[in-house]
Amino acid sequence: MSEDLFRFLLRLGDTNLVLAQRLGEWVGHAPALEEDLGLGNLALDHLGQARLLLTYAGEVEGQGRDEDALAFLRDAPEFCNLTLAEQPNGDFGRTLVRQWLIDGWQRELYGALQGSTDSRLAAIAAKSLKETRYHYRFSAGWLIRLGDGTQESHARVQGALDELWRFTDEMFSPDEVDNRLAEVGVVPHLPALREGWLAAVDEVLKEATLKRPASMKYPWHGKKGVHTEHLGHMLGEMQHLQRTYPGAQW
Amino acid sequence: MVTPVIDGDAGHTFAVTPVRQAWQVLEAVPDPEIPVLSIVDLGIVRFVRWSDEGHLHVGLTPTYSGCPATEVIRHSVAQALADAGFADAVLEEVISPPWTTDWITAAGRRKLAAFGIAPPTTRQVACPRCGSQETQCISEFGSTPCKAHYRCNACLEPFDHFKCL
Repeated sequence: MSEDLFRFLLRLGDTNLVLAQRLGEWVGHAPALEEDLGLGNLALDHLGQARLLLTYAGEVEGQGRDEDALAFLRDAPEFCNLTLAEQPNGDFGRTLVRQWLIDGWQRELYGALQGSTDSRLAAIAAKSLKETRYHYRFSAGWLIRLGDGTQESHARVQGALDELWRFTDEMFSPDEVDNRLAEVGVVPHLPALREGWLAAVDEVLKEATLKRPASMKYPWHGKKGVHTEHLGHMLGEMQHLQRTYPGAQW
Repeated sequence: MVTPVIDGDAGHTFAVTPVRQAWQVLEAVPDPEIPVLSIVDLGIVRFVRWSDEGHLHVGLTPTYSGCPATEVIRHSVAQALADAGFADAVLEEVISPPWTTDWITAAGRRKLAAFGIAPPTTRQVACPRCGSQETQCISEFGSTPCKAHYRCNACLEPFDHFKCL
């Protein structure tokens, strides 16, 4: 049970951490100052959520690893973030498509986790949900603006959606860890979240004049530690300082 | 070291309990990002208790989970309490129930408006300078995690709105 909980916290914590790092790559490079601030703020929220989750994961594991040890001293195969979170930023539209897909998933997941039998996880979820609702407003708003924008912006976000959609199946596909935790009410039954997410997806896509790609049962296993080639490069940058100067503080 | 005095104890006309004294100390700790507000105005001090073991316990909640000010606030609180004689105060992080802008006090809301930041509202945001309701959201994120960027269409001044959470 505690091994399963550790694994689940790591997955959700890593997804937030990796996404925060990706969003942070935009700082100083976004198309406008307002969007630069927006992406930087999203990154901060995800980082904050990652800290709460990884700190808890370290305590559940009981091996003395804190949030920093988990974030900076694990190699790519030990990360269990969703494969979608580690996908490169691409252009602004692609970043927003990735964000919107994850925001929608987190909104469903955190909403359900508020009722977790694990009170600390429920508290983290309740806190995170408030932030996620705001994120969703931002990312869905941009998806509509870009989808229903110019021919160029429409083509770019549709292309990004077509490319990233294959990674969404992983969000709602439980493995034995998820199933055991669902049985005792610690986490929701993941497939049950898909319907609400998809309804919200379709509503936004309609307004954005975009098409939902055909569903794809492709077995991505980011949460089992099997990653695309992008994660290792990203971690190389993120962990550089702690790897080069172990224990450095400032 | 503070000598706890029972509030209302006969003969102590100005008796102040350590808990009340600690609240007074905390009311003087400014928020590092919006220094016109104290952390008590902001509603992030959740409780102050005197434990049976004779320790002061202070519960602090973060505004946004990723707000960089959280750690600065923790340090300022520890320092202010130590200066007031509560060197062994125990600071506890409280995340449930999650912080809401509803916890900003009435005094805090007045201070925000006077400082030029529109206080949190779910209704049309009024310009803190001219009071006009003709305002427009420029950016859903502003200079800190808790603010959005607005512009007044009447007096044309840009301003921050404290987001509703």
